[in-house]
Amino acid sequence: MEKKIFAHKDLLGIEGLSVADLELILDTAVSFKEISQRSIKKVPTLRGKTIINLFYEPSTRTRTSFEIAAKRLSADAINISAATSSVKKGETLADTVRNLQAMAPDIIVVRHACVGAPHLIASRIGARVVNAGDGANEHPSQCLLDLLTIREHKGRLADLRVAIIGDLAHSRVARSNMRAFAMLGIRTRVCAPPTMLPREMGVFPGVEVCRTPEEALREADVVMMLRIQLERQDDVLFPSLNEYARRYGLNRQRLALARDDAIVMHPGPMNRGVEITSEVADGSRSVIMDQVENGVAVRMAILYLLGGQAE
Amino acid sequence: MNRMLLKGGRVIDPLNSRDEVLDLLLADGKVAELGPALQLDPAAGRTIDVAGCWVTPGWIDMHTHLREPGQEYKETILSGAEAAAAGGFTGIACMANTKPVNDSAAVTGFIVEQASRAPVNVYPIGAVTVGLQGRRLAPMGEMAAAGAVAFSEDGRTVADTALYRRALEYAGSLDRIIICHCQDNYLFGQGVVHEGEIAAAFGFAGIPSLAEEVDIARCLLLAEYLELPVHIAHVSTRGAVALIAAARERGVRVSAEVTPHHLFLDHRAVVDLYYREDVEYARRSQLARFNTNSKMSPPLREPADVAALRAALAAGVIEVVASDHAPHEQTEKEVEYQYAPFGVIGLETTLPLMLRLVGEGLLTPAALVERMSVAPARLLSLRGKGSLAPGMDADLTVIDPEVDWVIEAAAFRSKSRNTPFDGWRVKGRTRLTIVGGRVVFAA
Amino acid sequence: MTAETMIMDERGIQMVLARMAYEILERHRHHEKDLVLVGIRTRGVFLAQRLQREFQRLAGLEVPLGVLDITLYRDDLSQATHHPVLEKTEIPFSLDGKVVILVDDVLYTGRTVRAAMDGLMDFGRPKAIRLLVLIDRGHRELPIMPDYVGRHVPSTPADKVKVRLREGDGYDAVTVVAGGRGE
Repeated sequence: MEKKIFAHKDLLGIEGLSVADLELILDTAVSFKEISQRSIKKVPTLRGKTIINLFYEPSTRTRTSFEIAAKRLSADAINISAATSSVKKGETLADTVRNLQAMAPDIIVVRHACVGAPHLIASRIGARVVNAGDGANEHPSQCLLDLLTIREHKGRLADLRVAIIGDLAHSRVARSNMRAFAMLGIRTRVCAPPTMLPREMGVFPGVEVCRTPEEALREADVVMMLRIQLERQDDVLFPSLNEYARRYGLNRQRLALARDDAIVMHPGPMNRGVEITSEVADGSRSVIMDQVENGVAVRMAILYLLGGQAE
Repeated sequence: MNRMLLKGGRVIDPLNSRDEVLDLLLADGKVAELGPALQLDPAAGRTIDVAGCWVTPGWIDMHTHLREPGQEYKETILSGAEAAAAGGFTGIACMANTKPVNDSAAVTGFIVEQASRAPVNVYPIGAVTVGLQGRRLAPMGEMAAAGAVAFSEDGRTVADTALYRRALEYAGSLDRIIICHCQDNYLFGQGVVHEGEIAAAFGFAGIPSLAEEVDIARCLLLAEYLELPVHIAHVSTRGAVALIAAARERGVRVSAEVTPHHLFLDHRAVVDLYYREDVEYARRSQLARFNTNSKMSPPLREPADVAALRAALAAGVIEVVASDHAPHEQTEKEVEYQYAPFGVIGLETTLPLMLRLVGEGLLTPAALVERMSVAPARLLSLRGKGSLAPGMDADLTVIDPEVDWVIEAAAFRSKSRNTPFDGWRVKGRTRLTIVGGRVVFAA
Repeated sequence: MTAETMIMDERGIQMVLARMAYEILERHRHHEKDLVLVGIRTRGVFLAQRLQREFQRLAGLEVPLGVLDITLYRDDLSQATHHPVLEKTEIPFSLDGKVVILVDDVLYTGRTVRAAMDGLMDFGRPKAIRLLVLIDRGHRELPIMPDYVGRHVPSTPADKVKVRLREGDGYDAVTVVAGGRGE
């Protein structure tokens, strides 16, 4: 049998992974889904390992998902959030890393508002680092759970058409996904208000920029809506939520342009009535809850694959 | 009589159209005599064999930050001057964004006083507005009397165009130039790196070229309208080069400078400090990805910008190279990329990098000396500098162009280490730095 | 080159499986409805499938079959730099009150069986777990005894006992490669 290994110290982004790496993580995640259905939802695999969830940005969903994943693998999961740590007291990231090092963690899961913060931590600590979102750069575990959800519903990843609609400039989910889609031969159409669309979209090969959401949605197998951050209104990136909803939001009429069996995804948390109507979010095409469920399995797979010896 | 004889060097003195092997006699802090086979009685002074070396008028870095007063942990006037001496500079101009700001004769005087103990000449640059706040004119006349050689708001722009006009008019009456740091604050925004493919791919807030070009256009229009000189600091975009060239063409009195890092690096350095395949790295001791020593303002731009800057430097559209030496302590730079302060140091890396440009055929040795000595002396009206004619100040940079070495930040005289060039294999190094006839650095 | 000695061929494997199936039926004849088979990935599963067919053939008995991947229960994971590929565990029935016939190809140190028993316990509380192995090569590191053994094969720790099964390897054979003085 072919021996597959995950030969990376850290998981900092989709960038740097191979198609084989993606497939390994997804296949491993499939095996982990069964554990969450047992009455005893726990295996001893990472017993005695310490996993620190270091969150510099508030995040209930991702943090909880990583925490459940760690606990189902019997690891000791510790949450440190910026609000409760010395970060607020002016401690630098380097100081924090030195302190963490002294606690001898095996894996550190990092969420940070700044691009590259997990890379900085990874370069200074022996523990393995998982990027749980760095600025607008990457959110690899979200991308992987999206891929798993798409594969489950579509039976494949190749030759699909995906539409991504929303704030592409500030979306780490979109960046990770556009990277992965390019590797996997998925055809991606994107649409964003021009104020939320980087000028140089050419850096993402295979991504077609559309002027209207209608154009992006046409014949799509997968519709991925991005969260609009309400504070962007203050940056004058769009005039009002109403106008955004009218021009770019996903509703029943727009969804009808996609293929009949198209699935609807959202990384959460949703602004109902803004980027997506409740009718669509809760409708039969929505796989948003599957994304949440797959999140735990994918994160178990990531922790498992990284969970060997700290280097 | 304090004398010194430099024997057998290649004297490169473009102002006097001289490029030949000659002996050079210094006496009482001045250039005394040039000629073949000069002799000096050992009792009268030292004779130094500089065969194989280039003997040039002292290099002047017209754009540095010395951090004193206020942030002496990053750099002091003395440590900066020592770094300058090691880097072959006999004079450095220091920007006004100290703490307190150099916006009064008292601070200018303090700098001059501190500089009197420094190994090289230190020329203070005064603030244009009080506290760099952009509201009221700073007392430029008093500062000029105390020793300020130019004025600048470096680090920011004067956003109020009416005020900018007044400042230019006032400085004009003092025969001092204003050095314009050109950036439109709104377009610059919270930008971190150049707005381009790297920013798009990695989700950084971008600093568009437009932010620099819009403000350069404004400064050029002011200079044209007022018929007064402006000096554009650290030009970084091809669009800026075109604006400056066109203005120069129609007679606007504009001068411009470029930094070595904008001539040698583009924004790919943000994601890989070691991206250059034509550079030999003796060591890769720094974090390659998202290394904050690739973060400066203006930011590293695109390869096409680097090409345009190099062409403009060769053609003389940009007539000065200045380091924009911006020291920051290690711990300040070892933070999240977005939170790191802008700026890198350059006093001890500029000379070998500029020699590389000569090696690449971009500049002749004479053009190099123009950019590094003649032009800054002229722009800052530094009398007795930039020339090796008899009677001029005995400020000399003696360069060994053949020696191979490795840039080692750890060995810098500067208090700070924030350079993107650590580990570069380079060729050519300062052999002697002579200020006022005195050797202040010898390799 | 080291010689590879044939211990059991296709027919040999078939005979011992049939024999062990008889033994199981004999010993559990009063509660054969409680029997379930759980194969340890990968070759234990193939053997369990064959036993399932034997029970059907010999007694018309339908014995449920589960698949166990013991990777998550291994005690040597922390020594591995990279984890082995995880495969699915599929035990689609309750183990409460059942007699589990745990099936593996080779019994050696006993650590795999220890891990498998830990795994089984997460699926309920079986009445009993019985261990069936095709080969027992000795050298136990844990106090584990098989209940049904196809063949005892005396070996040194340096030897390699190789089981090949049609379902995964294309043919049936059990061989020993003598270890000699280190390979």
